[in-house]
Amino acid sequence: MIPPRLQEVVDEFATMPREMKLPLLLDYANGLPPLPEGFDSSELQRVEECQTPFFVAAEVSQGQVRLFFDAPPEAPTTRGYAGVLHTGLDGSSVDEVLGTPADFFVGMGLAELISPLRLRGMGAILAGIKRQVAAATA
Amino acid sequence: MGVSFDPDPKLAQYAHPERLVTTAWLAERLDDPDIVVAESDEDVLLYDTGHIPGAVKIDWHTDLNDPVARDYVDPEAFAALMSRKGITPDTTIVFYGDNFNWWAAYALWVCSLFGHADVRLLDGGRAKWVEEGRPITTDVPRPAPAGYPVVARDDDTIRAFKDDVLAHLGTGPLVDVRSPGEYSGQLTHMPEYPQEGTLRAGHIPTARSVPWKRAANDDGTFRSLDELNAIYRGEIGLQDDDDIVAYCRIGERSSHTWFVLTHLLGFDRVRNYDGSWCEWGNAVRVPIEKSAEPGSAP
Repeated sequence: MIPPRLQEVVDEFATMPREMKLPLLLDYANGLPPLPEGFDSSELQRVEECQTPFFVAAEVSQGQVRLFFDAPPEAPTTRGYAGVLHTGLDGSSVDEVLGTPADFFVGMGLAELISPLRLRGMGAILAGIKRQVAAATA
Repeated sequence: MGVSFDPDPKLAQYAHPERLVTTAWLAERLDDPDIVVAESDEDVLLYDTGHIPGAVKIDWHTDLNDPVARDYVDPEAFAALMSRKGITPDTTIVFYGDNFNWWAAYALWVCSLFGHADVRLLDGGRAKWVEEGRPITTDVPRPAPAGYPVVARDDDTIRAFKDDVLAHLGTGPLVDVRSPGEYSGQLTHMPEYPQEGTLRAGHIPTARSVPWKRAANDDGTFRSLDELNAIYRGEIGLQDDDDIVAYCRIGERSSHTWFVLTHLLGFDRVRNYDGSWCEWGNAVRVPIEKSAEPGSAP
């Protein structure tokens, strides 16, 4: 199932009128926290399916998942996806992250605004997170 | 009547220099009421983070594609779009965008389907404008609705469909502008792009491989006429009276090459097969060449 905080984000998009959905995604792009100081982004894993240089790192500490993202400002849509996942999943439990459905974003209603094929980038980022979490807890 | 052409000497070498403008030329004309600057991007949020002052956004997906059928908008929707953006049939539209002007060239090509007369591309696109430190704003213009007539879409002259391409095999040149890996059949999508659901890999038999990027410099501007001639007339032997079809995966990268062949090199008969590999690679019983060689017509 979709973890509660991620579900809140999905619902926020779902209830937003069509013309407000992209501005909301831009808010998430702008709200993506920068990498903590001392964090070397060259160590972050590149999500190969993504169309722009994009990095995600998932750390697991005492059963809790911490997420770190980096994406260039000229890729605001990708940054927006990262912001959604950061807000929705950072601090979640390992089970919550691994149990998040791959198509969690369908309910956001973005497919009519962003080509459905491009929208899959969101799923690719989630898949990258899950791979790292699974590896860290194996 | 009409907006003068950019006399920049780099542009003067091309067959149709009136189809390109430089960043310096545009920067002097942002207040010209006869010009509408339109941004078309790969990233749908990029315009909203800042754009050329006065520029409107034209989205390839929501504005130019039909929401249901895989096709472009119909004449009524196109007229409504143009009116909404403050464009009349007499307006000079200058397109620019991210990613080497892929979607800007695509939007220009779609406007050409509807016969819009004066369409131009900003050489170097968004990246060059930003790189040069030229002004950017988040203010979204609210143009007064313009009256744009409903005009028929011409799907014959610069657009090719799958059946046209089947009939074309063995009679005229085909240019595949995708990456080498897509051409030879090792990949069904662009490197690092999401899979877009193509069942078969390879290329249309007889197509020559000229990745779109070869027409561009690293700063996004087009290569010189001599360089372009060496590639398209020299390497793959295109000739003036050839009937040429270009394709990629969904028609955006081939819009870039269509612009090069039509407006920079002056070929009179160039069609963009917008169905491209996403259609051909899924179609039943069409011939496919899965190698790095062009292959022969069936």
